[in-house]
Amino acid sequence: MAVAEQAHKVTNTDKASAVPPPAPRKPDSPVMSAVPESAAPELAPDPGKYETIGDVTATDPVLTVRDCNVYYGDNHALQHVNLDVGRNQVVALIGPSGCGKSTFIRCLNRMNDTIDTARVTGELKLHGEDINSRETDVVLLRARVGMVFQKPNPFPKTIYENVAYGPRLHGLASNRAELDEIVHGSLQRAGLWDEVKDRLDDAGTGLSGGQQQRLCIARTIAVNPEVILMDEPCSALDPIATAKIEDLIDELAQNYAIAIVTHSMQQAARVSQRTAYFHLGKLIEVDQTDKVFTNPSHKLTEDYVTGRFG
Amino acid sequence: MSDQPDMNEFSARSPDTLERVRVGLAARYRRERRFRMYGLMSTCLGLLFVLFLFVSIISNGYTAFWQTQVRLEIDFDAQLIDPDGTGDAKIIGSANFDKLVRTAVGQLFPEVTDRRGRRSLNRLMSAGAGFELREMTLADPALIGTRQTLWLPADDEVDMLIKGYIDRDVPEGSRRIKDQQILWVDALIADERIERQFNTDFFRLGDSREPELAGIGGAIKGSFFMLVVTIALSFPLGVAAAVYLEEFAPKNRWVDVLEVNINNLAAVPSIVFGLLGLAVFINFFGLPRSAPLVGGLVLTLMTLPTIIIASRAAIKSVPPSVRQAALGVGASQMQTVFHHVIPLAMPGMLTGAIIGMARALGESAPLLMIGMIAFIVEVPGTPLEPSTALPVQIYLWADSPERAFVERTSAAIMVLLAFLLVMNGAAIWMRKRFERRW
Amino acid sequence: MQLSTLLLILIAMAVISFMLGRRRSIAVAGGYGSIRKLHSLPKYYGYYVAIWCGLPGVLLILLWLSVSESLIMSQVIASLPSELRELPESQLGLVVNDIKNLAAGQFINEQRGADVAVAAELYSSLQASARWILSGLMIAVGLVGSAYAWTRLQPRLRARNQVEGIIKVGLILASTVAILTTVGILLSVLFEAVRFFQKVPFTDFLFGLTWSPQTALRADQVGSSGAFGAIPLFAGTLLISAIAMVVAMPIGLMTAIFLSEYASSRVRAWVKPILEILAGVPTVVYGYFAALTVGPLLGDIGALLGLNVASESALGAGLVMGIMIIPFVSSLSDDVINAVPQAMRDGSYGLGATQSETIKHVILPAALPGIVGGGLLAVSRAIGETMIVVMAAGLAANLTANPLEAVTTVTVQIVTLLVGDQEFDSAKTLAAFALGLVLFIVTLLLNVVALQVVRKYREQYE
Ligand SMILES: Nc1ncnc2c1ncn2[C@@H]1O[C@H](COP(=O)(O)OP(=O)(O)OP(=O)(O)O)[C@@H](O)[C@H]1O
Ligand SMILES: [Mg+2]
Repeated sequence: MAVAEQAHKVTNTDKASAVPPPAPRKPDSPVMSAVPESAAPELAPDPGKYETIGDVTATDPVLTVRDCNVYYGDNHALQHVNLDVGRNQVVALIGPSGCGKSTFIRCLNRMNDTIDTARVTGELKLHGEDINSRETDVVLLRARVGMVFQKPNPFPKTIYENVAYGPRLHGLASNRAELDEIVHGSLQRAGLWDEVKDRLDDAGTGLSGGQQQRLCIARTIAVNPEVILMDEPCSALDPIATAKIEDLIDELAQNYAIAIVTHSMQQAARVSQRTAYFHLGKLIEVDQTDKVFTNPSHKLTEDYVTGRFG
Repeated sequence: MSDQPDMNEFSARSPDTLERVRVGLAARYRRERRFRMYGLMSTCLGLLFVLFLFVSIISNGYTAFWQTQVRLEIDFDAQLIDPDGTGDAKIIGSANFDKLVRTAVGQLFPEVTDRRGRRSLNRLMSAGAGFELREMTLADPALIGTRQTLWLPADDEVDMLIKGYIDRDVPEGSRRIKDQQILWVDALIADERIERQFNTDFFRLGDSREPELAGIGGAIKGSFFMLVVTIALSFPLGVAAAVYLEEFAPKNRWVDVLEVNINNLAAVPSIVFGLLGLAVFINFFGLPRSAPLVGGLVLTLMTLPTIIIASRAAIKSVPPSVRQAALGVGASQMQTVFHHVIPLAMPGMLTGAIIGMARALGESAPLLMIGMIAFIVEVPGTPLEPSTALPVQIYLWADSPERAFVERTSAAIMVLLAFLLVMNGAAIWMRKRFERRW
Repeated sequence: MQLSTLLLILIAMAVISFMLGRRRSIAVAGGYGSIRKLHSLPKYYGYYVAIWCGLPGVLLILLWLSVSESLIMSQVIASLPSELRELPESQLGLVVNDIKNLAAGQFINEQRGADVAVAAELYSSLQASARWILSGLMIAVGLVGSAYAWTRLQPRLRARNQVEGIIKVGLILASTVAILTTVGILLSVLFEAVRFFQKVPFTDFLFGLTWSPQTALRADQVGSSGAFGAIPLFAGTLLISAIAMVVAMPIGLMTAIFLSEYASSRVRAWVKPILEILAGVPTVVYGYFAALTVGPLLGDIGALLGLNVASESALGAGLVMGIMIIPFVSSLSDDVINAVPQAMRDGSYGLGATQSETIKHVILPAALPGIVGGGLLAVSRAIGETMIVVMAAGLAANLTANPLEAVTTVTVQIVTLLVGDQEFDSAKTLAAFALGLVLFIVTLLLNVVALQVVRKYREQYE
């Protein structure tokens, strides 16, 4: 406490700033005011514009992304990315660390708004509606594009409240019975129901890592989104928990469009229909998953999937 | 409810979900705006308080830095000061200098002859005018027998009138200064005999019942002695304790108790330290009441936890690699600490010490307990003489009814705040200057 | 000889011992060239000798300081004529004071005749000779000490270890000062409080409904007639603290939320230090502000609304105290809010929560223990705050819950009972210590609980 007020405070003075600033800067105003720059005229088109190998389009696209760029300050972290995600399709995003996978999927539900320095440009559309425009309602957008994070992050509430959180926010249930049903259905689809049905009132943080991650998935699908984004959902889990989540993804793919970031090539091969390979902020190659893994067209992709690199 | 979600549910329910979300949006955004508004209002309220506090104090006090002076022709009458021409300081010192002032004022208004009129005329000048003449004469006996034009302090009521704090339209009965006196003052103004000059006495003198003679010199000196005692004791003790706890202490129950104790002590009300000082230093050890030494001891105990906590933080921030490097070349643990850790942690420890001192400077409650609220006119010469302290002086003056004391209280607060600002500024500067990222 | 001169002499002797010891160590090693034969660097031999010279002297002075006064005084009292010597203790104390004052060259208010003057003479002369004895003794001890150390100087002497051992003892002693302070507070307050409870029953004090310590004086019959029921004080303290918390908690918390969640870093960089000014302003300034500005202001507002607001109302004092606590609450809340991991926020935003929903439903519940802990610390601050209430709250011990009336507090009563003329042993003076005991225990409990809660909370997210 800074305060040994006392002096911790010098005070304020006690204490002026004994506490280091939170690691990622707090959102300036992620929801309402941080308006992404729809255009950055001062940034001349990158001379090193490149061609993504493979077919970036999907037949029944839910998400379409054209010429997406992300800058963190002066760092051009994502460069001219084009990619579609189709209905009932799982797209895996792979690539070496720091290549911009997380950056890319965070664009898709505007989570980059929470980072002060981040600026996103390009044409990102959900069912033809602009994601990245000033007018877009992020609350609505995030209700439609859910997200599961790398580290399980259940709220410090009961299991029930964790799942009920989203539906409550959005007013999806008009009475307790409906809410119960949503919670039940979501937990069931997340494959967690049988494990927690007797302790819905226990703290969500008391579950095991794998259970927590499935709880987070349940929490996401409780809002009934159209797209689910997953950023390395299994990286903190053991193989058994991972297998469960992978089964779950298979299941979910029947209803949702899914974009999943993963470091595991096997996982990408198991769960996805299409795979996109990123490298240093560029989308190098996109294709059917088996094609990417068995017969990649680009040298970099080949190096990566054969484990020579990354 | 065991039915599996069917394939079409997504497409079937999705529009419904969207619709429901959309319906609630407006209200949610309203709540969002309202919440944000509360936050903004609270912050503004806080800022407003700061502004209000400062405006109220500065507007009440800034005039105290000027004092109304009257230009008089003083006749240093040898007959009156030193009739036998001895030049003896004792004789000069006991002369009636007030009479010189009275004579000089009387000469300005020769038409006033009756006793009451003369008396109320004399009341235009401060009792300090005579003092000043005495000091001048003692310093330079050659003045005796000469005639000098001097600026001498006016009475506090005149001062208030000149500064515009007295409403001339108020009926005469409800103000201290009478209509006749106001006429005289106006005459003096017309004669260009009245001027506002920088109030050096305010910084020089000790306390007084007369506002125009009351200064913060004694209080500043008392506070200074106290801070010297406090820093001289609490800094070495605090650093030593922090060094022990961080570098040498074993991890056992006793040290846990020590730690909890220090943290708690930092939050004990300051008045309790005053009780301790009264019971232990004054009643038990028989140290003199009202002495800055005792005040310093009490403030030492009060600031010690603060300094220990800050010093520990500073020591903690020295990376272990430095210690390992020193130990690696064969230094003993003590040498490592004294040659490397303490010098590296010094800026942080000093910052903590300054902040602790700033807190000690503003503290008054414990000083009331040990009798530092006596009415003391002399400026103390040593830490053992009775004295008061700046914040206590403020407390004492705050009770006085005269308008002139309101002004002085606010001015004393401004001086105190200026000291604190400088100290905290120094701490911040030091932190910035020596901040080190390992 | 003055104590300061004595200390200077001692320091000089220690410095000389240091130089001699260093020189000697080089000599016993056989010159500069063979310093490596020594166990420690020559300067440690210097310190070794200096410590042997100075430390006994310092201990001697401390001993003298603590016992000489009472020894001398007992001799002086023994020399007094019997009619003075056999006075009751409290009056004897006055005589002793007179003797001391006279010896110090001050005028004493009441002449007790020649006896006191004689005693003062004796006192002065005893003191003078005691000082001479001390000086001689100290110098002798110093010389003997350094001589002893000098003879022990050998290359094999582990001087550094010995010196370091003594430094370590010093460090340990320094770290026990904090404990001694706590013990000192507890003992001194407890001691006097127990004496108070011998005069006034404990239950009367703790549960009595009337507080009027002044009557005890007038009735000239201590304890039995004065009313020392502290309930009105406790109630007044709680009332004012509650008002302060009602002001400080929401404003401080909302400010912390606004600054950490909404404000841009530019705004934060400006606003935070400005608000911290509030934390650095001495409480006496707040007290003055309350009495000079806020009190009259509330009176005017009350008059406008047709309410009768006492000039020293609980509301005024509580309000200003609340202002004082705002930065305290906001910086503590800021800490705990920042300790909530970003992942928690991301999780909520990712579900489409607005910022206020995230704050209200995720961040605040997660930060609640920390905020509660901070709130408890703030309460303990409010309860122990003295100057604001002394200057802006009344002296009348009204038992009321009406914030527009004047109430008094524990701290106000401690100050009024102990400031000004005080006779020791009167229930009135001792009552202040009993109140101090209550204050100390209550704030201590609050602090222990609060610090524990805050620490638990910290660990949760570390
Ligand atoms: N908040 C941020 N501020 C500034 N730069 C960032 C931030 N987040 C990411 N970056 C930068 O953007 C680039 C892409 O980062 P990103 O997190 O998208 O990589 P990634 O592909 O997800 O890597 P990993 O597999 O390790 O998660 C990196 O160079 C990184 O340094
Ligand atoms: Mg990533």
